[in-house]
Amino acid sequence: MPVWLTEDEYRTLVAVCEHLIPTDETPGATDAGVADYIDGLLGAFSFDPPRIWAGGPTSGRFGGGAGFTRFHRLTALDELAWRTRIEGSQGRPEREFNGPTIGWQEGYRTGLAALGADFAGCEPGEQDRRLRAHVSFTRLVYEHACEGMYGAPEYGGNRDGRGWSGIGFAGDVEPRGWTDSEVSQA
Amino acid sequence: MTVDAIIVGSGPGGATVADVLTAAGWSVVIFEKGRNHLIDLEDPTKLAHDFSNDEIKFVFRHFLGPDPFLEPRTFRTGIEEGDRTFVGDVNSVPSTVGGGGTHADGKVPRFREVDFEMLSTFGPQDGAAVADWPLSYADLEPFYADVERRIGVSGEAGANPFAAWRSGPYPMPPGPSMYGATLSSAAAEQLGYHPYPAPGATNSVPYDGRPACNNCGFCSFFGCPIHAKGDPVAMLQRALVSGNAEIRPETFVSRIRTAGGRATGVDFIGPDGVERSLDARYVVVAGGAVETPRLLLLSGFDHPLIGRHLMVHVQTIVVGGFADRRFHTERGRAVTHVHDDPMIPDDASRAAAAEAGLPWMRGGMVEHGGPSLPILEAKLYRWGHLHKAHMRESPLRDRLWALTMQGEDLPLTTNRVDLDPSVRDVRGFPVARLTYRPHRHELVASAHHGPRLAAILESLGAEWTSIVTSPGTGEGRSMPSVPMSRHVMGTVRMGEDPAMSVVDGYGRLHDTPNVIVADSSVFVTSSGYGPTLTLAALAARSATALVG
Repeated sequence: MPVWLTEDEYRTLVAVCEHLIPTDETPGATDAGVADYIDGLLGAFSFDPPRIWAGGPTSGRFGGGAGFTRFHRLTALDELAWRTRIEGSQGRPEREFNGPTIGWQEGYRTGLAALGADFAGCEPGEQDRRLRAHVSFTRLVYEHACEGMYGAPEYGGNRDGRGWSGIGFAGDVEPRGWTDSEVSQA
Repeated sequence: MTVDAIIVGSGPGGATVADVLTAAGWSVVIFEKGRNHLIDLEDPTKLAHDFSNDEIKFVFRHFLGPDPFLEPRTFRTGIEEGDRTFVGDVNSVPSTVGGGGTHADGKVPRFREVDFEMLSTFGPQDGAAVADWPLSYADLEPFYADVERRIGVSGEAGANPFAAWRSGPYPMPPGPSMYGATLSSAAAEQLGYHPYPAPGATNSVPYDGRPACNNCGFCSFFGCPIHAKGDPVAMLQRALVSGNAEIRPETFVSRIRTAGGRATGVDFIGPDGVERSLDARYVVVAGGAVETPRLLLLSGFDHPLIGRHLMVHVQTIVVGGFADRRFHTERGRAVTHVHDDPMIPDDASRAAAAEAGLPWMRGGMVEHGGPSLPILEAKLYRWGHLHKAHMRESPLRDRLWALTMQGEDLPLTTNRVDLDPSVRDVRGFPVARLTYRPHRHELVASAHHGPRLAAILESLGAEWTSIVTSPGTGEGRSMPSVPMSRHVMGTVRMGEDPAMSVVDGYGRLHDTPNVIVADSSVFVTSSGYGPTLTLAALAARSATALVG
């Protein structure tokens, strides 16, 4: 079950992400759960604490504790900023001290609708045509898709580190780090 | 309640002042508008565990602040562009306990003797306010040595033939050389340059109760998860453990209060949103070269030079692509080697300056280092069927090496920080507006040195090279006109003449001498070295003068 998107929107988003970062010899966006990252961002305030900043200092992948799973609490100002970014300003004066903001939730709702309810079932060529016809939305999804593909798995994407392993990137290496010879040798 | 000193800002400048004052028994309150992720304020013998190897959190979600929605800045290149052309993040350094020290990869070079005597040594430049500092390198050297010990700096004395004299060795030896830096250093040496291990605020050995750096690679942009970085943590921790200091995070100082030509304290807004006041004998302003002049202007200080002479370092970024080589740039402390040669005029640079009609010209320190972060890399490639192949081949990360010159930026009265006429921060105060464009000197220096840096990468076997500047030149594949150096200086200039400067050689406002500026705002000229160690040394000198 998606956190914030509808099932139909989620299905479309999965197809969009797979088109942007397709599977080839290594996993693509679907295998890496990139749409879950984006859905998790849009629904970050469905969780307590909100899933904005993963904790520290280690994830446990190279030793240490699983600190990334303990998300930071937000201050009132942090919450104002992130709710405005995600939900938009919605005419609330405290969110519009420098003017209105259209939130990502509205951007995705409108953008996914514009691609058409049948997008997931379209041929790749047709998907490509529609994405290029809505290029500013496609750029937004791509920015987030890159984060969901290659960011820490605790945010919902990069499932099981597949984004990193597919490109030979070790990820968060604390507390192991790298030895002096690993730093200095080829 | 009256405290001995209020310090506004907990970055390297404010932390240094706090360390010196509390050691002398002064009572200090440090106001920091950002959050605390550095020290356990309940038990300051313990450090926090909030920093991590997390690209999303640090690079894309403003964990260290400032959040550009809550605290935007505005920008324009000149008044002819109207009130502003951009609203958002304008060359900000972190707004958090520890300030700019937390995010840097910790290169902390000293300036050289000549950097304090630019007018005497090189002479004026048309359209620029080149001047000597009201102090010499010899005046500052004991304080350079002092803050190198306080921060914890690694390096190799004698490795840089151009370095200024030192009264002693570095507190720590250099850490391990990054693979790519060993290659580019060797190539640079072959061409007659003089690379050396970068003086680094990263522990190469356990130091001051904190561990040695373990080379995790998440250094630039990131707070250090194991506190091996010489962000000002040691100085803040000592100040707190002394029992003489208190840090109040999430607290914005909105005004310095004055009466009869002296400061009496500050007004501040804490996390509860309520405005309060605190009295002090001295007010130390250390908010960085954008927020410091902003606070002075918000407080009604009216010296006509407040905010003028903004300098940023004009960066020349030269990258080379290597099809047959991977640099594993994610291992190590981002930059382990630098060279200073472009700061030393030679026959070729003198000829280039003369040809351009400039009396003299200097470049800046050159950093050897490559990009290391996969999300930043991914966003550079096009989406679609080649995306994964690009990421695996990694032409713009793992097969890329870069030389970045931090070019000296001349002080111009037209480059400035002032208050934006209508854009506000979340608390309702006018934000800082930066008006900035480079002098021709910077562009000529970049055009001269860029191809020479590219030649180093070509001699190393680069298949292609590319040269860009930040801020952009507006020509070709130009970078944005908003500078990205994170080196910001000069907006509350120091000097002996109250008509030509805002503060004296100890950072004291000429007209309100119990207000002391303790950050890179006071710089007279920018040199081509990162400002952190110099601003900390100046802060130590100012604070030492205060306590007598």
